[in-house]
Amino acid sequence: MTAWQRFLETFFKPEMLAQYWPSIAHGVLVTLEIASAVVLTGLSFGLLLAGLRAYRLVPLNIAIVVFVDVFRSLPPLVAILIIYFGLPGVGINLPSFVVLWLVLSLVLTAFAEEIFWAGIISTPKGQWEAARSTGLGFSETLLFVVLPQAVRLGVPPLTNRTIAITKNTALGTVIGVGEILNQATAAQSFSGNATPLMMGAIAYILLFLPVVAVGRWIETRFQWRRA
Amino acid sequence: MAILTVSGLRKSFGANEVLRGIELSVAERELVFIIGPSGSGKSTLLRCLNRLEEPTAGSVTFDGREVTARATNLNRLRRSMGMVFQSFNLYPHMTALGNVTLALRRVLKKSRAEADALGLAALTGVGLADKASSYPNELSGGQQQRVAIARALALDPRIVLFDEPTSALDPELVGSVLSVMRDLKARGMTMLVVSHELRFAREAADRVVFMDAGRIVEEGAPETIFSAPRELRTKAFVAQLIR
Repeated sequence: MTAWQRFLETFFKPEMLAQYWPSIAHGVLVTLEIASAVVLTGLSFGLLLAGLRAYRLVPLNIAIVVFVDVFRSLPPLVAILIIYFGLPGVGINLPSFVVLWLVLSLVLTAFAEEIFWAGIISTPKGQWEAARSTGLGFSETLLFVVLPQAVRLGVPPLTNRTIAITKNTALGTVIGVGEILNQATAAQSFSGNATPLMMGAIAYILLFLPVVAVGRWIETRFQWRRA
Repeated sequence: MAILTVSGLRKSFGANEVLRGIELSVAERELVFIIGPSGSGKSTLLRCLNRLEEPTAGSVTFDGREVTARATNLNRLRRSMGMVFQSFNLYPHMTALGNVTLALRRVLKKSRAEADALGLAALTGVGLADKASSYPNELSGGQQQRVAIARALALDPRIVLFDEPTSALDPELVGSVLSVMRDLKARGMTMLVVSHELRFAREAADRVVFMDAGRIVEEGAPETIFSAPRELRTKAFVAQLIR
């Protein structure tokens, strides 16, 4: 057997491809579901917290900053393990996919809050003054004038961060969430062949490449020359 | 009959007292020009009138209401006091029409159709009806400032405060903004203008107020202030401006 044949045999064995594509496809579906849920909740709560922080209520802001800093410094895997294996001890049993969704959402919330907040504070003071001088209240100014600008400013850093965090759905494999990597490693240990892992890798690329491309498109679309 | 009365107005930023007891009254339909060296407190005075800055002491009465009273509904008050800024401060994510109609829709709760009609009328008033769907970055500085004026006028204010409206403009664009202000004066709008446009002041102002170091030094008809000022400081400042 030549080296090339051995390579194909290891990573692209036809029987393996045929046997395991349905479970990898199922994994793609699960990854897709969790990733979209994480993006939806993480970005909305990040925006919500950044908006609340603009009111500068000291106790609330301390709580937000503590939350944000904790979840920006904690490796998501650690949080996943603590919640999944710890919470049952106090009588709370969460399904593994809920734990994965929860932790990744909290992490994305934390990073998104910081990015949106940076956008809020870099919106020029004159924007607030112009809006307030026409009789808009604080909340209306925040909602209609400042947040739309903060969101646009935040889009480029957010796309990268969002992709980085949604890729962490692969961490779900350690608590048995049936996403791509979990399906692939299970197949690999049954078959003793690396083909399912390669299928998983290709599935990730097929899944995230369009996301990266859309991210790039959003980045250019959301920028506008500032007056 | 005075529409705006300022008395004993003081404002400090920390230990720095920027306004040291301002007494001023503006009559309905009057155009009052405020001049003075930079740092004399002109802009701060303007910003205290609609409480973008909180005055430290003194009172402002506008249209029979106490602006400085604790219970005053500021948002309601500010609808009838338009303000135009040196740096325009247009909302960059909205079209010219969007800029003009935001407060109409969100503050006055007008329908989109009604707000658009009023907004378009306001833009027509400043000669920019054809730019309604342009974004601020597609407009020249002079056009942006005229949109900002339309934004203030759309709410049908009783007075408009101009804070150095032409200082950020290239010289060739100043004329278009001044001509809008001239029209406004002709339509009987009450205006309080901080500016260095002497020629415009001579031609359009009813009264010129000279401020220095947080106080009003002298006020009077434009001709008097520019040609025969009483105070030495006024004389020195005007001489500098004219040169």
